[in-house]
Amino acid sequence: MKKLLTIAATLGLISAASVAVQASPQQDLKEFRAYFAERFPDVPFKEYVNGVYSIDQASREQWEAIEEFPPYELNIDNGKQAFNTPFKNGKTYASCFRNDGVGIKQDYPYYDNATGKVVTLEAAINECRSDNGEEPLKWQKGEIADISAYMSYTSRGNKTNVVVPGDEGAMAAYTRGKNHFYAKRGQLNMSCADCHLWNAGNRIRADLLSPALGHTTHFPVYRSKWGGLGTMHRRYGGCNKQVRAKPFKPQSDEYQALEYFHTYMSNGLVMNGPGARK
Amino acid sequence: MRKFPSILKTASSMLALAGSMALLPAPGLVLAEDASSVVDQGKAVAFDRKKGNCLACHQIAGGDLPGNIAPPLVAMKARFPDKSRLRAQIWDATKINSNSIMPPFGRQQILSESEINKIVEFIYTL
Ligand code: HEC
Ligand code: HEC
Repeated sequence: MKKLLTIAATLGLISAASVAVQASPQQDLKEFRAYFAERFPDVPFKEYVNGVYSIDQASREQWEAIEEFPPYELNIDNGKQAFNTPFKNGKTYASCFRNDGVGIKQDYPYYDNATGKVVTLEAAINECRSDNGEEPLKWQKGEIADISAYMSYTSRGNKTNVVVPGDEGAMAAYTRGKNHFYAKRGQLNMSCADCHLWNAGNRIRADLLSPALGHTTHFPVYRSKWGGLGTMHRRYGGCNKQVRAKPFKPQSDEYQALEYFHTYMSNGLVMNGPGARK
Repeated sequence: MRKFPSILKTASSMLALAGSMALLPAPGLVLAEDASSVVDQGKAVAFDRKKGNCLACHQIAGGDLPGNIAPPLVAMKARFPDKSRLRAQIWDATKINSNSIMPPFGRQQILSESEINKIVEFIYTL
């Protein structure tokens, strides 16, 4: 706990130059988890996949009622259809992915040595399109979110398995994401950690703050407020805007790195996307 | 590199403090009515979601649906016998606790100096 605090405080001040002296991802993961285990001693590890509902019985009951007739069901159907509809060249998305794209969400994002980039599932979907001569889809909602929802759905029950190899490029991406998570930003000067680590379980006005552990298992998410499905980067943009920070572009290097760190922290938790939130 | 901006900050916060004193009328000259309207204005700025939005984190008498991130604002005179320390907390909470989640209202110009003065007057009545 103490160590995490120091890391949080220093990260805002130092740059990528100090990669070597920082704790390893494995060490970060251990501390991240230990922090939540201590903060919510009654919440079993596997419960964190349910976000805010893992820690709040009152809103959980309403949510369980919603999940009985999931608002994202049509999105999964649409996503499945899009996934199986051949491109103009006759191929389908399945040709771009391991195991024909079924049950693989848990491996994303990963670091691609060849390109030196973090590959999120959405980036891989659009890459598949451009490799097959199709126009890319818009990033934050609509068809890409539907396809991502279908792919998440086929991955339900598989455990998050993000790998951060020790090489320089992967570590730099991981560290950049970690830095984003802990650094204060925006006119209001708040970090992701301020809300989803140090104050998880507290209320900011009437909103209960969810723990960052488990955040990534159920995306894309159907939000009543959005009236539809949105990708993780849509949520990042929203949370950046809340603190009056200029959001980064969806699938920018910054958000891809953030998703890399953020998802790594949920390693071992099962995929349960898409999810429904208010 | 680190030293420099923090010196700048100190300098600008002292200027701000000096400025704010000039803005406040001398104590003896405040009419009862003016004093209460400054408090009312301070309350309005404190409760406004686009301004202080203090209720996001603090419970404050008279405010609905407060958050519980921060301590309730009560007994402020007892806790801050020195009013300028109360103002300093609002102007830049991170000076006192560098990891504070409380927005630095003055340093980041979230509120104007005169809005902060009014909030201080309101908070001091709690
Ligand atoms: C000012 C407080 C605040 C900050 C700072 C903040 N968030 Fe949030 N975030 C919220 C609130 C409120 C919600 C909605 C309730 C909830 O699920 O926590 C939310 C929701 C989320 C969700 C959706 C959770 C789910 O289960 O669907 C994710 C993911 C998320 N935030 C990530 C982040 C990241 C990453 C950052 C930093 C870039 C960040 N947040 C910064 C307040 C904040
Ligand atoms: C996002 C959360 C947040 C908001 C918004 C916020 N505060 Fe705070 N405030 C805190 C926290 C947390 C503390 C505890 C000390 C610290 O960490 O700085 C605090 C401490 C204080 C204290 C010291 C209390 C004591 O008894 O020691 C005062 C006074 C105060 N805040 C006033 C305000 C006022 C006035 C506003 C609105 C203009 C405001 N705060 C908005 C989070 C917040």
